[in-house]
Amino acid sequence: MSLSASPEARWTSVGLTEEEYREIVRRLGREPNDVELGLFGVMWSEHCSYKSSRKLLKILPSAGERVRLGPGENAGVLDIGGGWAVALRIESHNHPSAVEPYQGAATGVGGIVRDILSTGARPVALLDALSFGLPDSPRDRALLRGIVEGIGGYGNCLGVPTVGGETVFHSGYDGQPLVNVMCVGLVRLERLVRGRAEGEGNVLMLVGARTGRDGIHGASLLASRGLSEGGEDKRPAVQVGDPFIGKRLIEACAELVEAGWVAGLTDLGAAGLTSAAAEAAGRAGRGVVLELDRVPLREDGMTPYEIMLSESQERMLIIATPEGAGRVEAACRRWGLEAAAVGRVTGDGYLRVRWRGREVAAVPVRDLTEAAPAYERPWRAPAPVTPEPGRGVAAGPSRGGAAAPSHGGAPRPADPSEAFLDFLSSVHVASRAPVYRRYDHEVQTNTVLRPGHDAAVIRVRGTRKGLALATDGAGRWGGLDPYYAGAIAVAEAARNVSCVGAEPIGLTDCLNFGNPEDPHVMWQFRRALEGIRDACLALGIPVTGGNVSFYNETDGRQIPPTPVVGMVGLIEDIERLVPSSPRCPGALWLLGGGAVSQEGSLWQMWREGRVHGQCPPLDLSLEAAVQALVREAAGHGWIRAAHDVSDGGLLVAAAEMALSPEIPWGLRLQLPEAGDAWTAAYGEGGARVLVVPAGPEAERALMRRAEERAVPCREVGRLTEDGRVIVKSGRDAWVDVAAERAARAWKEGWAWLL
Amino acid sequence: MRLGVVIFPGSNCDRDALAAAEIAGYEAVPLWHGESAVEGVDAIILPGGFSYGDALRAGALAATAPVMAGVRRFAARGGAVLGICNGFQILCEAGLLPGALTRNRDLAFHCHDVALTVVTARTPWTRALAPGERLVLPVAHGEGRYVVPPEELDRLEAQDQIVFRYEDNFNGSCGAVAGVCNRAGNVVGMMPHPERRVEAVLGGEAGLGVFRSLRLAAAGVTRP
Amino acid sequence: MRWRAVVAVELKPGVLDPQGEAVREALRRMGHDHVSDVRVGKRIQLLLEAAEEGEARARVRDICESLLVNPVLERYAFDIEPEGER
Repeated sequence: MSLSASPEARWTSVGLTEEEYREIVRRLGREPNDVELGLFGVMWSEHCSYKSSRKLLKILPSAGERVRLGPGENAGVLDIGGGWAVALRIESHNHPSAVEPYQGAATGVGGIVRDILSTGARPVALLDALSFGLPDSPRDRALLRGIVEGIGGYGNCLGVPTVGGETVFHSGYDGQPLVNVMCVGLVRLERLVRGRAEGEGNVLMLVGARTGRDGIHGASLLASRGLSEGGEDKRPAVQVGDPFIGKRLIEACAELVEAGWVAGLTDLGAAGLTSAAAEAAGRAGRGVVLELDRVPLREDGMTPYEIMLSESQERMLIIATPEGAGRVEAACRRWGLEAAAVGRVTGDGYLRVRWRGREVAAVPVRDLTEAAPAYERPWRAPAPVTPEPGRGVAAGPSRGGAAAPSHGGAPRPADPSEAFLDFLSSVHVASRAPVYRRYDHEVQTNTVLRPGHDAAVIRVRGTRKGLALATDGAGRWGGLDPYYAGAIAVAEAARNVSCVGAEPIGLTDCLNFGNPEDPHVMWQFRRALEGIRDACLALGIPVTGGNVSFYNETDGRQIPPTPVVGMVGLIEDIERLVPSSPRCPGALWLLGGGAVSQEGSLWQMWREGRVHGQCPPLDLSLEAAVQALVREAAGHGWIRAAHDVSDGGLLVAAAEMALSPEIPWGLRLQLPEAGDAWTAAYGEGGARVLVVPAGPEAERALMRRAEERAVPCREVGRLTEDGRVIVKSGRDAWVDVAAERAARAWKEGWAWLL
Repeated sequence: MRLGVVIFPGSNCDRDALAAAEIAGYEAVPLWHGESAVEGVDAIILPGGFSYGDALRAGALAATAPVMAGVRRFAARGGAVLGICNGFQILCEAGLLPGALTRNRDLAFHCHDVALTVVTARTPWTRALAPGERLVLPVAHGEGRYVVPPEELDRLEAQDQIVFRYEDNFNGSCGAVAGVCNRAGNVVGMMPHPERRVEAVLGGEAGLGVFRSLRLAAAGVTRP
Repeated sequence: MRWRAVVAVELKPGVLDPQGEAVREALRRMGHDHVSDVRVGKRIQLLLEAAEEGEARARVRDICESLLVNPVLERYAFDIEPEGER
């Protein structure tokens, strides 16, 4: 690439500002050449440098007894005992998926899998948290189909089970879907590898796919600016995934790590070789010299600039001892993978690039990595809204998708039974089986709880342990109150893993926001982080790292602030896990409580096509107590099923417990006497879990412990074998439908979408 | 007894099949795709996955791998061979089984439990099962629609080569075929995954019968 | 009148073709080491009505660009000829 000589074109061509360019000149003491400017351009991009978020992310609690690797590494790693560790990370692939949904989603899966590989772990599970616009337009349906196919197309081929995630709809994501992919891996602690270029003289081996021109300035630049209508100009940057190479990389890396031949390991993601080499060197406080003539190329005539910035998929960088390099190459060749020694570790702290016998770039590693600019972007809270009587100050009107609060709302549906069936079959509530049936969720034969429960559970082979995995996104709350959204995303993900009987031990977060140069977006970001922090502290869960995705905007339209949490829970005895629907019917108890409201609820979203109003009050100490009680009940075998009450409220949660078995249970549910039945049935808020006690003795034990823990606890209904769903408000049957009919509405509601 | 599981590049149920064979009480060893000699094993499994990334047609490239020469010789001597999912596709592409596997009727990947009917117990992989027996096993495939010309299907039925049928023919297979065997009966292909149902903790042991059959067959136990 | 269009869709140069790569590797293993590159594409045949060739070409182009081709990754070319009366 030949960059124009005009000074302004120099910085804009690599996405930098004039101030940033001046800073580069100051640090180098000279003008950078084109290659060097390219290195700075990608490494100082928002995507690679986290320049708008780096300082703020420090408020998240990242320490914990189990944490072995935390933020700043390729993935977080938690010690789960018995010599095993779990690696976890979530990452967004929003922008690429908006441009090319199939390949964008597929390469999102590939990328996060290689992050996990970088710790030496074998990937054992994938989850996808997807957010879409309301599927009213062909374009949004095409995005949905393409993304679901891309996830399946890559993940199925790879042989890593896709065990969970979520799919939500909100008008704020029209044309700009969120694709957040989480991967979890397992590694023996003694085999844990880090993404560090240690040991002067060690060899940098580039392994996997050849390097082509795909994705130059792809992820980095694309994810550092918004989309505009007719984003055609950005299209050549799209990368194509090759899961066949991805699969062989997993096997080759697993062999090499097992044999102990790897001194360091890192993946090539955004900013390709530049970022992999610079970050590996930076973490170790070393330098590296790269010999570009040795990089296997897929296309002729590639320049140093293109080789350094290529985002070709399915490549890993292995740091090996000089003696080990041959063994690495042989092991890779056995899997049909190329491995080339493209550089070595040096002691001078510089990233040096050599090509055709001369040095074409020499830049201090620190300036590309930890010393990259970090900004405190201006932030501004929304104008205060006059509080309504008896209420706190509202979070302010949302600029992220949901419109300003209105106090009108849609008229109430006339018939509660018909409304119940319609809501069940709506895209918001209907069973996600049509999605997860397209993903192989059983390969590796460790999946103990398949998708469709509060959390998926995979066993740790050779032990009695299990990992409970869940994601939770809170975009629907984000536009109303980003603080609440951050906190509730953590709380609900933790509640999900608690419901299957697991102790939440760590989380990875994916923070999807609009343009950070907009002070209001920056305020949303800060508030969401504070919410995450407070919930993590209240529940005792460390954040092991994650991903920030800014610039989710199209023509100035910002997405709702969307914190997404990927949670890992640990079950010591897999026999003690609890499904979300029981194998035999029984009483239905509600643990916990709190004020509920239709404002911001899924019911409101469905009825009105948007959410507005205020978030419910947050009670993190009740949340912690409810979760601890559920885990205790699971551990003692007091409950046969547990299901979190969240999206859709009490009635939807109870209905899901009744309707998810192949032959649905009947349901009796008693709504509270006081207040509005619609709010009692579908309102959201509080910390609530529905459980099915295992019998009279278990009921007594549960009641006693609930009292001791000050958790409200009462019977609210039963699962039955009479084939009717009857919900009573006071003494009257408010909803009365055949369970079979309700099950069909819920199970088939989605069929038309895919 | 020793069971060999072939590993092709892109196989992803190889480890699952090895583990299942051990749970069923066999010694299990991996066989490498690049080696044409397959010796010292009493039976061979071609596991599921996406060998060679499913390029061209599922199974097409794996059918040309060196190990297939050995598998061919092993099968010609009457050795028991089972292809599961992608393994079934490979056996069809290699001409060791009749028919072909194409994209599912709805063009979508399917991962869920399906109910099967056992049609014949004459193969070494179904000896422990009873004809007419109902088996619930998971499927996980996008190209599992079994296709043969109608007259060929009649012939397969007449020669007792249909091994399993779907109760609900979700993928549109000819004759609802979920598994077939060669004329001699020693080579079997099936789309569902028996290796995923050999432990109670993973949802049941319905797949164990397929593995246990091998021992009965070796002991000469036959069923009508 | 009736026209027969044969559309060839292929990946743009420089776009990775995983399928082509896998086929190339297999061919080399089978001894066809004279093959240096494989690209896999699609051939799509259309029968359509149009008054004259220019209109037929315009229609095919529209069909290609609106559905048959993913412009992010692919390019296309087509031949068109009058379909004989049957």
